[in-house]
Amino acid sequence: MTDQREEFAIRVHDLVVGFGLQTVLDHLSLDVRRGEIIGLVGASGGGKSVLMRTIIGLIPRRSGTIEVMGQPIGGTHDRSRAATWGILFQQGALFSSLTVRQNVQFPLRENLVLSQELMDEIAIAKLEMVGLRAQDGDKYPSELSGGMTKRVALARALALDPPILFLDEPTSGLDPIAAGDFDALISTLQRTLGLTVFMVTHDLASLTTVCDRVAALADGKIVAIGPMRELLQSEHPWVRAYFHGKRSQMLQPQMR
Amino acid sequence: MNSEPLLLATSSGDGLKLRPEGPWTAANVSALELLCRSVGADVDRSPSVTLDMSGISALDTLGAWILEKLSRKASSSGRPAEMVGVADHFNGLLEEVRQVNRHTPAPVAVPNPVLLKLNDLGKATIEAREDISIFLQMLGALFMAVIGVVRRPRSLRLTSLVYQLNRIGLQAIPIVVLITFLIGAIIAQQGFFHFRRFGAESYTVDMVGILVLRELGVLIVAIMVAGRSGSAYTAELGSMKMREEIDALSTMGLDPVDVLILPRVAALVIALPILAFIGALAALYGGGLVAQFYGDMGPAIYIARLHEAISVTHFEVGILKAPFMALVIGIVACSEGLRVKGSAESLGRQTTTSVVKSIFLVIVLDGLFAIFFASIGM
Repeated sequence: MTDQREEFAIRVHDLVVGFGLQTVLDHLSLDVRRGEIIGLVGASGGGKSVLMRTIIGLIPRRSGTIEVMGQPIGGTHDRSRAATWGILFQQGALFSSLTVRQNVQFPLRENLVLSQELMDEIAIAKLEMVGLRAQDGDKYPSELSGGMTKRVALARALALDPPILFLDEPTSGLDPIAAGDFDALISTLQRTLGLTVFMVTHDLASLTTVCDRVAALADGKIVAIGPMRELLQSEHPWVRAYFHGKRSQMLQPQMR
Repeated sequence: MNSEPLLLATSSGDGLKLRPEGPWTAANVSALELLCRSVGADVDRSPSVTLDMSGISALDTLGAWILEKLSRKASSSGRPAEMVGVADHFNGLLEEVRQVNRHTPAPVAVPNPVLLKLNDLGKATIEAREDISIFLQMLGALFMAVIGVVRRPRSLRLTSLVYQLNRIGLQAIPIVVLITFLIGAIIAQQGFFHFRRFGAESYTVDMVGILVLRELGVLIVAIMVAGRSGSAYTAELGSMKMREEIDALSTMGLDPVDVLILPRVAALVIALPILAFIGALAALYGGGLVAQFYGDMGPAIYIARLHEAISVTHFEVGILKAPFMALVIGIVACSEGLRVKGSAESLGRQTTTSVVKSIFLVIVLDGLFAIFFASIGM
């Protein structure tokens, strides 16, 4: 193993993705270091989710290379992908016909051979780690509040202890208190489990409080990347508009 | 570095020393479970347990939990258990795992099976009563909507009605024609085959004519419409309910019955008699073809026999039933759609219920009509 592979969890090089005549990602390159929380910002419909979905292999690419944990994506590799990354979808994407506990157990059941007793214990352990109670395990997804759904989805994403966690707008639809709690939870889990977190978000507070680096996506490229402080200094017009617009200005006092 | 996890156990006088080695991660879980089970008896026996963690090369939540369980197993009976030599980068994880699974929820008491069955029966009874009341409520709501339309004819959703008519009427014609054609042909073939033994082939035409016009034509078409259009209504309204579209309509001051249900049920009531008529024609045509090629009965004779055998009454009996069957299918389909709750599973269940219930009710209704027509001599 080379040092570079040790250093980077995700390497995206010269990626082009498009639908029909439209090119969404245009020769985009991005490196995500191991053990960092990276936030991705960009205009609505600007390709943030497309980038995430391309990395995890849900959308085909036109050209470019993607390496995750030193393994090329889209090539032939026999490692189970569920063990490489966990994904928190925007709406949770919990299986509605399974209970919370079964949802968390699903990746375990499908990927490992282990006893039901251990599986129950692990599921409850995960639920408690994301701040839920053991009793919540018997509920169905339709009985959960928005914040709980996100927590269960996070527990499911973490079921196999993947080294990389993808979060698609984790705090959207949560009230500021719940969003703050969720940010704190992600940051705690990231430290405890040594995760690399790739977070697509619009939440300026999350970007400021939990992200080590922030990448700005505009015109199909990463136009600025670095810690929040550096991004605030960026001269790129879209980045300036994003972080120094009216709504952002309201948050400025706490950002400094 | 070991690629396989190991658990070395050494008993030293007053205590058991366990030294896990290698990767204690989810990928090796079956090996880990075996390892723990193999030392289980030793842990129970020894007065104290020490876990030497210095040999672990990789650890995740699952591995940490298995070790934590081992140490809890030892400490549960009051014997000292400790972990030593924990590497710094595993400390946080072990600390986290130490907090979990502390409160095992009380196991749910399993109730008496007899009581459980009685409970189910009671629930089913209440549900049946509820079904009837929902059916009547929907009938009433539709009646009120119709009165509203009669008062203000412009409030009728004409576009929606025409769209539904196209979808459940016009587009259903090919499949209705195909199936009723085949049914008519099959009845005729069976008639010729069995009546031939008594030399009564010519009565096949009577049988086909009366059966198709009075009963089978409309019944087959109604069942097909329940499966084809009733299920579509339930699924549509159900997914609208799930995405709160129906609530949105209500908050805009519009009655979902006026906007969504009346056009759909009205389209069914208009389309089903037409489909039944077309279906009956197709079935008679199918019977005629079989008569010519299998029963050696030319078209002229077939039509002449048909003319003698059936009267307008037979046709009326069949076609009169069609709008009532349509009404039942429409009400069941729409009310089941509105009963869909949040999950995708509930949508599927309600759609199934809708089809099963409407087919059942159509057949019951057909039976009631048979009694009614017999008693008034039609």
